[in-house]
Amino acid sequence: MAKIHLDKASVSFPVYNAASRSLKNRVLKVATGGAIERRFDGLVVVKGLDEIDLAIHEGERVGLVGHNGSGKTTLLRLLSGIYAPTSGSAAIDGECVSLINIGLGIDPEATGRENIKLRAAMMGMTTKELSSRYDEIAEFSGLGDFLDMPFRTYSSGMQLRLAFATSTSIRPEILIMDEWLSTGDEDFKDRARQRLNEIVSSTKILILASHSRELLLGNCDRLIWLEHGRVRMDGPAKAIADEYFGR
Amino acid sequence: MTVMTFPDAVTDISEAIKKHHLATTFGWQDVAQRYRRSRIGAFWLTINMGVMIGALGLIFGNLFRTPMQEFLPFVGCGLIVWGFISSCLSDGCTSFIGAEGIILQVRMPLFTHVMRTLWRNTIVFAHNLVVIPVVLVIVTAPISWVAILALPGFILVSLNLLWMMLVLATICARFRDMTQVMQNFLQVIFYLTPIIWQTKTLPVGMPQYLFDLNPFYHLITLIRGPLLGQIPSPVTWLYAIAMLAVGWLFALWLFGRYRKRIPYWL
Repeated sequence: MAKIHLDKASVSFPVYNAASRSLKNRVLKVATGGAIERRFDGLVVVKGLDEIDLAIHEGERVGLVGHNGSGKTTLLRLLSGIYAPTSGSAAIDGECVSLINIGLGIDPEATGRENIKLRAAMMGMTTKELSSRYDEIAEFSGLGDFLDMPFRTYSSGMQLRLAFATSTSIRPEILIMDEWLSTGDEDFKDRARQRLNEIVSSTKILILASHSRELLLGNCDRLIWLEHGRVRMDGPAKAIADEYFGR
Repeated sequence: MTVMTFPDAVTDISEAIKKHHLATTFGWQDVAQRYRRSRIGAFWLTINMGVMIGALGLIFGNLFRTPMQEFLPFVGCGLIVWGFISSCLSDGCTSFIGAEGIILQVRMPLFTHVMRTLWRNTIVFAHNLVVIPVVLVIVTAPISWVAILALPGFILVSLNLLWMMLVLATICARFRDMTQVMQNFLQVIFYLTPIIWQTKTLPVGMPQYLFDLNPFYHLITLIRGPLLGQIPSPVTWLYAIAMLAVGWLFALWLFGRYRKRIPYWL
């Protein structure tokens, strides 16, 4: 049973400058009884998320809206289990995969085949899982013999295909996306859209951050509006979208 | 209170061990990158090492008036083992900093990045080992069955390095200038430890504790000794095992306490 439960979860970032990053200054500070601290150690704490209460149950398709800097990325990271809340608690039950940067882990000098392996490992696939999916990934990428060529020799469209084919071969319980994945050339677009829809419908919980009303209404049944690190509104997709985007 | 922080660290580490294929895949990838556009790839490091051993062996062997047959294998094994230890420790400083992109985007045990660093350096170490038989043949020194003891020695050294790297990676993520401090520290240790000089060439009356208390002397001896046909003394084994226990306790405490903070520091 996949579910997410945030209880008064806050995230605050210490913003270190060179002075507070330095161990030498730390030691000097002790020696000088903290006098330096006020002058040089300008430790600023930024509150990214402020006491968020949130429960997401299996089967929910949740959209995330908010202006830049409202805390969307931070919340996505909290939900992916990358950040632990600095206060409050976050319980995330279920295997969680984020499709945020699908190029992460790719080595341009390595061949297509090696990159499928690397990318799959980055997604958390085991060697066994990969071997059962490998042929399907290779076929979907449509790269054929190019799979034995170094990745850097690919056109940008081909590079995207490989990353996309591998990243979307996984079927996680919780899927996290920041905007829809863009997908190169025309003939690939349709297949890619179909594949994305497949993965979205098979996942138990979808969390999608986006600025596109169309996309959010097409995929989500619940929207959360973030503002200054707090939940401003939370409710049925249509109603919130009308509020946020205007009618 | 301190015990409370342990489970967090243990969970992370056991998950990393369970998913060891991640560490080995990426660690191997790091080395493989060296091979992509150069045919001999990582063996360039071996060649560098070979030249260094040749040069230092000839220079210091003559300065100390030690027979080459004895001195060259000593310097060779010493430099190779030291190369492994020092590059593990200096790379360990950047284990988390260097994996920032991964840590901030994918949920993966943090210890995986430390294991990756160790694996990468182990592969390079294996490359460098090729130099040893070459040296032994050149100076026609014998190799004995005792060399097999280098294997448990290597495992003990690696387990010790792992806790040191975990501590360094954590501290360096927070205090970036620690990386520089570590570089200087390693430089000093290199001269302080019997690597290019032998304990027996010291003037009479030099205090024993100079190297008896030096943990790196014991770590190096665990691998170098057997390769040279000498069985490391029980003191060396005990020292390394005690360091393993105390070190891991400290590392688990520190890592458990700050593990959740590490992504925020990056």
